[in-house]
Amino acid sequence: MKRVVITGAGTINALGRDVPETLEAMREGRCGISELEFRDVERLAIRIGGQIKGYVPENAFNRQQMSLYDRFTQFALLAARQAVAQSGIDFTGALADCSGVVLGTSGGGLTTQDENYRSVYEEGKNRVHPFVVPKLMNNAAASHVSMEMNLRGPTFTVATACASSNHAMGLAYHMVRGGTCSVMLTGGAESMLCFGGVKAWEGLRVMSRDACRPFSANRNGMVQGEGAGVYVFEEYEHAKARGAEILAEVVGFAMTSDASDIVMPSKQGAARAITGALRDGGINASEVGYINAHGTGTAANDKTECAAVADALGGQADRVMISSTKAMHGHCIGGTGAVELLACIMALRDGIVAPTIGYEEPDPECALDVVPNEAREADVSVVLSNAFAFGGLNAVLALRKA
Amino acid sequence: MSVKDRVIAIIAEQAVLEPSDVTMDSTLEDLGIDSLGLVESIFAIEEEFDISVPFNANEPEKSDFDISSVASIVAGIEALIAEQKK
Repeated sequence: MKRVVITGAGTINALGRDVPETLEAMREGRCGISELEFRDVERLAIRIGGQIKGYVPENAFNRQQMSLYDRFTQFALLAARQAVAQSGIDFTGALADCSGVVLGTSGGGLTTQDENYRSVYEEGKNRVHPFVVPKLMNNAAASHVSMEMNLRGPTFTVATACASSNHAMGLAYHMVRGGTCSVMLTGGAESMLCFGGVKAWEGLRVMSRDACRPFSANRNGMVQGEGAGVYVFEEYEHAKARGAEILAEVVGFAMTSDASDIVMPSKQGAARAITGALRDGGINASEVGYINAHGTGTAANDKTECAAVADALGGQADRVMISSTKAMHGHCIGGTGAVELLACIMALRDGIVAPTIGYEEPDPECALDVVPNEAREADVSVVLSNAFAFGGLNAVLALRKA
Repeated sequence: MSVKDRVIAIIAEQAVLEPSDVTMDSTLEDLGIDSLGLVESIFAIEEEFDISVPFNANEPEKSDFDISSVASIVAGIEALIAEQKK
């Protein structure tokens, strides 16, 4: 089996327009959640989110591109450009033919759907722009990344709700580890912050009206975010031969299904994914220094996740640091694992553990070291990134210091 | 503006050209408009004139709407306006 390393990273999210800006915000424990701004927001009960403000797509894309790129595709392309630039890879010839893209998304071009449903249902228009379908389809982002970067190998989209990005990155890891591909671009993108997107979530009654406070006893729900994270996953020898800078090594991955409830999380399903990732990576629980939690800030997730971590890590659960960066960038749904992997890389490379901000009151059901409110310096050699989706689908990645 | 000038403005915008660069005997291919550009132009024309253009990208040759040149497109649109705005 091949070793798999990360040689490039890119992002755009409510905390920053690129990786350095995002990591700085995470170090400082800055909150990117603000009042939502879009049409009909006054008809929503939930009016906050990790929205990317002051974003001018015309600065990055020409008019023809704009007519084809939904907001989630734009985010994916911006992140992919950064990741490829950092890795220094040029995709040509045989390398291009066997390199691909696996991206996660949950809603795909939801903004495009929302705008066009409004146009035909509410405004009674009988004509829509001809690119509605290629713009809204869930694989649009992966396809446009493949086209822009000339990646001609396996390219597809994974949709497992809030675990989409982790599933995507896990599959990309498998493809490089198994030798199918030398290089994969992977991660995820999401942009659901439009009237219909937030209204649907509102219906479920799991959203907070004021803040995301993971693990805090007074938490009252999740806050949605948007954005993308894209990484270059590269076979170790390939990266070494070209002298690439290695950000971290991907060493383990596991996915499980709760097979029980469509929305309520299961401790067993989550714990099996965590132990599975440790087993896959040949990792002792005692080596795990940091876990980027799924940590949505809902009553159910956070206590179930803490119980699962305690079960899977045993005594190490009392020593491990676990934080949820969703309190800063919001829950980026299908793109969230990709944005959150940045905190994992920061812990390994910079020795800085991102905090769980908004933490106000200890919850006896979340009695782990959740790195409350302030970042911490620590020497961490192995990290995990948890994602536990609606549908009972769990995906956990393990990374090791390069 | 005449129908002709309005159609030329739409086609020129799609082709990222000046209207003066679009002549009546230009073909869409000459102007660098591909199949997606064509359906986008038809959409813009429908919006501009509030008409419905009978065009199926699967069988353009069977359509009454002739897209072989700018002149034929303009003529087709003038006919559709006359027919649909009665």
